Amino acid sequence: MTTTTMTMAKALNEGLRRAMERDPKVLLMGEDIGKLGGVFRITDGLQKDFGQDRVVDTPLAESAIVGTAVGLAIRGYRAVCEMQFDGFVFPAFDQIVSQVAKLQKRSDGVYTMGLVIRLPFQGGIGAIEHHSESPEAYFAHTPGLRVVSCSTPNDAYWMIQQSIESDDPIIFCEPKSRYWEKGEVDLENPPQGLYDAVVRRVGTDVTVVGYGSSVKTMLRAAETAQAEGVSLEVIDLRGIAPIDFPTLVASVQKTGRLIAVQEAPRTASISSEIVAELTERCFYSLRAPGLRVAGYHVPYPPARIEEEYRPSVGRILDAVDRVMDFEG
Amino acid sequence: MIDEELVQLLTPEGERVTHPDYASTLTGEQILSMYRDMVIVRRLCNESTSLQRQGQLALWAPIQGQEGAQIGAGRALAPMDFTFPTYREHGIAWCRGVPPEDVLRLFRAVSTGGWDPQKYRHHVPTIVLGNQVLNAVGYAMGIQRDGADEAVLTFFGDGASSQGDVLEAFVWASSFNTPVVFFCQNNQFGISTPSSTQSRVPLFRRARGFGFPGVRVDGNDLLACYEVTRAALENARAGGGPTMIEAYTYRMGAHTTSDDPTRYRVDAEVEVWKHRDPIERIKALLVREYQTRPASFEAVAEEAEAFALKLRDDVLAMGRPDPLSMFDHVYAEPHPLVEEGRREMAALLAQEGAH
Repeated sequence: MTTTTMTMAKALNEGLRRAMERDPKVLLMGEDIGKLGGVFRITDGLQKDFGQDRVVDTPLAESAIVGTAVGLAIRGYRAVCEMQFDGFVFPAFDQIVSQVAKLQKRSDGVYTMGLVIRLPFQGGIGAIEHHSESPEAYFAHTPGLRVVSCSTPNDAYWMIQQSIESDDPIIFCEPKSRYWEKGEVDLENPPQGLYDAVVRRVGTDVTVVGYGSSVKTMLRAAETAQAEGVSLEVIDLRGIAPIDFPTLVASVQKTGRLIAVQEAPRTASISSEIVAELTERCFYSLRAPGLRVAGYHVPYPPARIEEEYRPSVGRILDAVDRVMDFEG
Repeated sequence: MIDEELVQLLTPEGERVTHPDYASTLTGEQILSMYRDMVIVRRLCNESTSLQRQGQLALWAPIQGQEGAQIGAGRALAPMDFTFPTYREHGIAWCRGVPPEDVLRLFRAVSTGGWDPQKYRHHVPTIVLGNQVLNAVGYAMGIQRDGADEAVLTFFGDGASSQGDVLEAFVWASSFNTPVVFFCQNNQFGISTPSSTQSRVPLFRRARGFGFPGVRVDGNDLLACYEVTRAALENARAGGGPTMIEAYTYRMGAHTTSDDPTRYRVDAEVEVWKHRDPIERIKALLVREYQTRPASFEAVAEEAEAFALKLRDDVLAMGRPDPLSMFDHVYAEPHPLVEEGRREMAALLAQEGAH
């Protein structure tokens, strides 16, 4: 097994490089992704090696980045679009939900929309407004789209390649606060399938499920809970749409308790979907109501107070207390 | 007549005029063949309106008055070019060889597309205004990368010219010098909104500001529409980059069968445009210059009638789609939620069938 240590940013960069080496139809499009290497340097050095036709510095127009990726897909190319920040995806929203999501259907399967929209998402980097949002639920709600998120460098390296190889359009959510954290990357053996949830820590008392930046927070909470004698099973969702419910069901049937964690506002969200679905599927296994630990119903706050908004170890542990103390 | 910069090769009376940049290259035989196209497409449109009024179509978007623009542009295409239409490009679909009944599938509400877009090199209809113009530019970027001798022709109207996607497409096409031709049919109205609300300058002049040529052509002049489009496509294939064509025309009918144009325009205006009819002026030319006999026109008219009858039969034969077909092609790869829905509906349908 060849493993190497790298940051998530470098793992994404290496994953993109491998995808481009493997398939000449893969090209990258985005704002400032060439010479600059993107504002997060995810595409660093790729334009130098693959040229301006395959690493395209685009005019500053998100709808056009996605809209032209659609045309390229019709022509047989696989575009990987970089949205510079989560809060700037909305000009492209129309193309994503009206064309990207529907064209396979509207062409009766003649077209495939094998394109990837990379979205640096979630907060935690002290940024100003529109740079810390979690819009994944909008896309998960839309038939025709798929949504995934990585939480480790190894997943980043493999999931970006799997997403590019997919014939379906994928919104690829990257937890920007984890870009600079290092981890082991296995360069030879891919992990699970793209949408498979993974148990990151085995436990017996409470299933805690989340994705992206929340995974590390959940693991920290599990450490603290362990010291207090409560065993948390931590699941990294990875596939946000579709969700790997069999893995979640197996866990909740074991623990009887469920907490879903996310940075996005709670209402009509991924965590809402998880709690609703598991209530249907595991009603008789649940020993307490499923809880959601999520962002509040407010616009993402100024960064000086963002840690009060984001799910913290403390808020997760409060939820653990509630499900452990619940008496039905 | 309308603007001194208007490219016109044939007056409304069917008399040829010269233009410094464009000359008609069409033979009498070609013109007669395109006359036939226009008559059939108009007949398709009339039949479709009737079918809608009889409850056989959910909606219809008429093109009366725009046949010259569409057949002119459509016949200027090379076989390998690719087209990106709105929902009103019935004449282009005809030129691309799309089976006419397939054009009506969307309007009969039995499909959200209707034809194989790769087979006919004609994208499925786009209803969200302007989306397809960006898709067209992306396709043209692919042509560039393939080094292919092809071009893209994309359509929008004066209404959609205000959409961000159209203007972003202009920026993109200019910056990357893509082989795309923007064909704007200015039919004077976006439903009820006059084109003067969309733009304070003639639309074709916008192109210059984006860095590529814009041409205003008499949209009811088949000969001019053909030559202007042909030249723009040739220029695009040769690496000359984008052109915007504004085909200045008039929507003689309603926006769609749900519209009532009497609420926002006066009969006198419609009357003026009746005298600029694209089919009548070609007929006048054919009679005057090519001595085309009444029998030839009668033959076309008879063919159009037979065409309409067959179209009607084909449409009426389109039954309700299998409800389970809604689960097909949502994704290219298997998806648990789609399969769950399919199983659930199949069970319900089987239950209903059992009673």
